[in-house]
Amino acid sequence: MNIHEYQGKELLKKYGVRIQEGIVAETADAAVAAANKLNAETGTSWYVIKAQIHAGGRGKGGGVKLAKNIDQVKEIAGQIIGMQLVTKQTGAEGKKVHKVLVAQDVYYPGASPTKEFYACILMDRAKSQNVIIVSTEGGMEIEEVAEHTPEKIIKEWVDPRVGLQAYQVRNLVFQLGLSGEAFKEMVKFITNLYKAYDDSDAAMIEINPALKTSDDKIVAVDAKVAFDDNALYRHKDLAALRDLTEEDPLEVEATASDLNYVKLDGNVGCMVNGAGLAMATMDIIKISGGEPANFLDVGGGANAKTVEAGFRIILKDPNVKAILINVFGGIVRCDRVANGVVEAYKNIGDIKVPIIVRLQGTNAEEGAEIINKSGLKVFSAIALKDAATKVKEVLAA
Amino acid sequence: MSVLVNKNSKVIVQGFTGTEGSFHAGQMIEYGTNLVGGVTPGKGGSTHLDKPVFNTVKEAVDKTGANVSIIFVPPAFAADAIMEAADAGIGVIICITEGIPVKDMIAAKEYISTKHTTLIGPNCPGVITPGEAKVGIMPGFVFKKGRIGIVSKSGTLTYEAADQVVKAGLGISTAIGIGGDPIIGTTTKEAVQLLMADPETDAIIMIGEIGGNLEADAARWIKANGTKPVVGFIAGQTAPAGRRMGHAGAIVGGKDDTAEAKMKIMADCGIHVVISPALIGDTMLKALEAKLV
Repeated sequence: MNIHEYQGKELLKKYGVRIQEGIVAETADAAVAAANKLNAETGTSWYVIKAQIHAGGRGKGGGVKLAKNIDQVKEIAGQIIGMQLVTKQTGAEGKKVHKVLVAQDVYYPGASPTKEFYACILMDRAKSQNVIIVSTEGGMEIEEVAEHTPEKIIKEWVDPRVGLQAYQVRNLVFQLGLSGEAFKEMVKFITNLYKAYDDSDAAMIEINPALKTSDDKIVAVDAKVAFDDNALYRHKDLAALRDLTEEDPLEVEATASDLNYVKLDGNVGCMVNGAGLAMATMDIIKISGGEPANFLDVGGGANAKTVEAGFRIILKDPNVKAILINVFGGIVRCDRVANGVVEAYKNIGDIKVPIIVRLQGTNAEEGAEIINKSGLKVFSAIALKDAATKVKEVLAA
Repeated sequence: MSVLVNKNSKVIVQGFTGTEGSFHAGQMIEYGTNLVGGVTPGKGGSTHLDKPVFNTVKEAVDKTGANVSIIFVPPAFAADAIMEAADAGIGVIICITEGIPVKDMIAAKEYISTKHTTLIGPNCPGVITPGEAKVGIMPGFVFKKGRIGIVSKSGTLTYEAADQVVKAGLGISTAIGIGGDPIIGTTTKEAVQLLMADPETDAIIMIGEIGGNLEADAARWIKANGTKPVVGFIAGQTAPAGRRMGHAGAIVGGKDDTAEAKMKIMADCGIHVVISPALIGDTMLKALEAKLV
């Protein structure tokens, strides 16, 4: 589960991580009030107005702007709130901005030059251990840094038996070239960042940039925080940070019906039991000349109710020109699934798009017979190859 | 001999009396698996499905000589169940449970690395050696006995592959569902190594997914050490980056863990890569014929 920048910063602050202070606002007037309050609390006279959406690349998309006075705060906040922000992570349609974070300016001039760093914590699958990654190349796309200058990516793995050790943090910070007060600040910053990660069952915490200010403080200017969905049951406070307006409404609806659905941009919808087979079915659609409109795993218990819920969700997508149902009946019997499909079809009424039902496994023949005798506009298949051919025919027609 | 489980395996079920545990224990007994009992803390001393119930894995091992355990306990308690089984001396632990927190699995994996045990899963369909033992949730009838080994991250896709193999006139030696989580006990490479060393396996089907580098690691090992034909498929050729596709581990993180990148590495390592998942069986037949020529 992802959270907003402002929520991530609030979490980090509780753990003693120094953050760029800010106040969230939903209107231009509220942004002005926030700026005035921030001025009183921090003395800042410039303000950064940052769109709060769950996607990276906000700056390049025009969702992060500097205001040098209160009038500009009002003007910029007014522009950003309500805009459809398009970044490379949002897709072409973009995401509507409901909130902005009005944040203090931390790039103020002073005794030493400012410098941007990068810090990230996540689980390294290859080692089954958490890894802390830092770099002197803050403020850049870390994938680019890793590709062109891999020597500038510095890592320490955390041994699960003893946890993160102080010497490991020192190792990282010395390699960043810091000394004096900034060294101590960065050691504290990384130590507390890891504590926040570990305590909250985070899947990732990424700070880009982590800024060394002109007075040698280390400040989280941005915060990208994601939690392990499987661990949210033991963090009710963090689970409450979920913002449903950031999620696809169809995906939210699917979750409520215990379906695992991901909306995609194609023209052939699919409904499958099992995540691996669902991805393989999407691949079959592509090979047959279509594009998958979704990923949909109905799980172990494919019955009339789940099939109907799946149908209704897929049919809400106007791009869908055909639907492929692919169920491998093991414990679930194919004749039952077939009856479920027929029942769901009748309940929904007039389905305009052709449907291909591929049932394999227990009672596959009986399942195909039920589909064929139903009199509905449904094609049946048993072998996966036949299903692929049917998809091709339907798309060509 | 086959691998991991066979007719001599003495199997216990952790989470024996729960809904899932009961149902699948019944299915396994019906299949002919040598199921010797189960564990449900607090219900020790009773019987369930005509088998003894124990309070602890240690007790179950002492009384029955169990050497394989299959775990159905809920996600919040599953890592604990894995560690209990390892501590009690269980040699093969198969964890079906889906949804275990990553933090718990980091600890469990580290802990069992100090024990003499093999963990399969979590979030997997289990292991089946047809005609001998089914220790999992797969439909047993699909897996006809034969000489093709299967290693797979996915459940129903494993059944699909097995079915195609059987329809092609071949059969299965052992099918290992390694699981779709980011942290799993036995990697693709380790499972392939078991099958490569198994005298009852002539060829291997390796089914992966987007995310991680398990298939690439296995492919490089196969290139250097492989002695049997391997047919490979990676699900998720059409999956967009950054979106989790059902399995917690199935997410494209970088350019190296896309289906395309993995398939290329596999092909470069001499694996018979299948682009269409409908052609797994046909490709295996061709791979075997090519070997005979």
